Amino acid sequence: MKKMLLATAVSSAILATSAFAHDHGSVKIGLLLGFTGPAESLAPAMAAGAELAFKEATDSGKFLDGKAIEVIRADSTCVDASAATAAAERLATSDKVASFVGALCSGATGAILQGVARTNGLMMISPSATSPALTTAEDDDLFFRVSPSDARQGEIIAQMLIEQDIKSAALTYTNNDYGKGLADSIQTSYEGLGGKITLAAAHEDGKGDYNAEVGALSSAGGDMLVVVGYLDQGGKGIIQSSLDTGAFDQFFLPDAMIGESIFGHFGADIDGSIGSIPGTDSDGAATYSELATAAGFEAGPYSGESYDAAALTLLAMQAAGSSASADAKAKVFDVANAPGEKIYPGELAKGLEILASGGEIDYVGATSVELIGPGEAAGSYREIVVEGGTDKTVKFRQ
Amino acid sequence: MDFLNSITLLGNFIIVPGLVYGSQLALGALGVTLIYGILRFSNFAHGETMAVGSMVTILATWGLQSLGVSISPLPTALLALPIGIIAAILLCLTTDKIVYRFYRRQRAAPVTLLIASLGVMFFYSGLTRFVVGPGDINFFDGTRFIIRAREFKQMTGLDEGLAIKTTHGITIIITLIIVAALFYFLNRTKTGKSMRAYSDNRDLALLSGINPDRVVLIVWIITAILATIAGTLYGLDKSFKPFTFLQLLLPIFAAAIVGGIGNPLGAITGGFVIAFSEISITYAYRKFLTYNLPESWEPDGLVQLLSTDYKFAVSFVILVVVLLVRPTGIFRGQSV
Repeated sequence: MKKMLLATAVSSAILATSAFAHDHGSVKIGLLLGFTGPAESLAPAMAAGAELAFKEATDSGKFLDGKAIEVIRADSTCVDASAATAAAERLATSDKVASFVGALCSGATGAILQGVARTNGLMMISPSATSPALTTAEDDDLFFRVSPSDARQGEIIAQMLIEQDIKSAALTYTNNDYGKGLADSIQTSYEGLGGKITLAAAHEDGKGDYNAEVGALSSAGGDMLVVVGYLDQGGKGIIQSSLDTGAFDQFFLPDAMIGESIFGHFGADIDGSIGSIPGTDSDGAATYSELATAAGFEAGPYSGESYDAAALTLLAMQAAGSSASADAKAKVFDVANAPGEKIYPGELAKGLEILASGGEIDYVGATSVELIGPGEAAGSYREIVVEGGTDKTVKFRQ
Repeated sequence: MDFLNSITLLGNFIIVPGLVYGSQLALGALGVTLIYGILRFSNFAHGETMAVGSMVTILATWGLQSLGVSISPLPTALLALPIGIIAAILLCLTTDKIVYRFYRRQRAAPVTLLIASLGVMFFYSGLTRFVVGPGDINFFDGTRFIIRAREFKQMTGLDEGLAIKTTHGITIIITLIIVAALFYFLNRTKTGKSMRAYSDNRDLALLSGINPDRVVLIVWIITAILATIAGTLYGLDKSFKPFTFLQLLLPIFAAAIVGGIGNPLGAITGGFVIAFSEISITYAYRKFLTYNLPESWEPDGLVQLLSTDYKFAVSFVILVVVLLVRPTGIFRGQSV
């Protein structure tokens, strides 16, 4: 019995030391996504994407000399700024995270940036916030995004409409930072190219009935209805009501309207509709899609961006040799842009190693990351058309 | 031709939606007005009663669908409706026994009962979210349209389409049947007459041997039936989302008060008045005028009296005007 006890004590001591040898503590990172709210159907694949990158770096054992990464998820909602701030505040003060990946929607991102990230000096990389207002927001150089500003998407949408020979269109937008920002950008670019927006009207999310809104849009007329809304919310209601009343049967679907809850629900009824979503035909995208399938999830919209946002956070920390945001923020541009060795998804170990030995990398990732201006993606877009109830990729635009 | 086009346009965007929304409001307002007339308090839990009733209907619909039962082209929910109604009746009677009866015995002031009903409302809304969650549920099956806008255009050769959904037809027909049955019950049967007597003068009714417990029982049963049907029809026509039933409470109360609270005929009229004013005031008339006016008079603007954002404000304004000018409502209900 005594021997047995001794053996147990010795072996557990050995186990404990060996565990200690491999683990110099861990770095906590807060993953803030809108798990509930109008874009909730996008969040699971995005979270899986970010966590894939964290796991890859932890498993490689090369992140900051073998530190593990501990991900703490929090719900930033999408439209509720106070809930988003409270969730981020909890991560910053109680969990003491080193940095944020998120948030999903522009409104929540802006609120967290001003309310929590700047006051606590934490770096924040959003995979999907696209409001043009974030380009000029005060950020103490702490904020980056892997998604392009909607000012860019607006130009692309305007070009696509003109190329499709659509001379006039009605526009409706969800009444928040994202909707207003993109709607203004579309209207300015489209009218600059000679198109005509017959009416730009806001709609509120979460109503039971959008007949009145569609009535006004239909009265204004137009060849197509541009629906700058959310696929699980008002945007879907607007399309439903337009089809029911026969007001419009073709729609333009910007990024937040593209997903299975639109194509699966309406099917062939919206054939001929077109849309745009950030995306690229680079090798990285295909590799990422395979990685996602192997990890057991489907790479949905903004899932690749989430992987890239997480990867950039880690690479910047590695380049700075420290998990402190104040050090890492200065390195984000260095790791994201040329010069250096190109790093694709699944090659984080290689990137971490080069950085550890003092080399330079150019992170390409799943979405061909190239940061410009105050730290946002230059933006390449996938152009889609709805045929037979599913989305078909037409081409990619830079 | 232009004139026919313009009429079709109004039919599609004002008349059909107005009739359907009005019917849904009327059914809701009837429940509110019956409770007010007989139990003498404003039942704020009515909207959530609708939610609970339609929630059970949805659960029963799913059950039937998994068994393969269907009455296509009509939605399966109609078959499941009785189960929802029974659940709502049980819920209302239990609530009455636990909550309202106590205050009734105390002869509490109506405002005390009103506050109690507010508590019941929060309980019901929690119950709904607990069982089916806060999300959007679409439980309509069967044929979606009686006439599609595109088919109507081909049939008539007009430029404007008129779409009539199956749910539009069902809503209007069921409302007609329910209202007729309710009026027959209130005006022709002995129980109905005893309820009206109880509503007019409670003490006199008690003296003439009317059993008050029975009257209360029947009021709750009728209210639960009306609430479940109204909720299910609304859910079928739009989609079921627990949140919308709280929003519906305002136009429902506005309808009951505008028509004359405590007066069933008023509730129905009020429902249609509110529905048509909400829709016609926020509609943009540009296309309608373009059809009917000579070309040089064509309007540049949208000719929209109020932006659609202010839809719910319309009910408020009508409510305030009615209370100022004619506090008893159009059909002289009890003064509020």
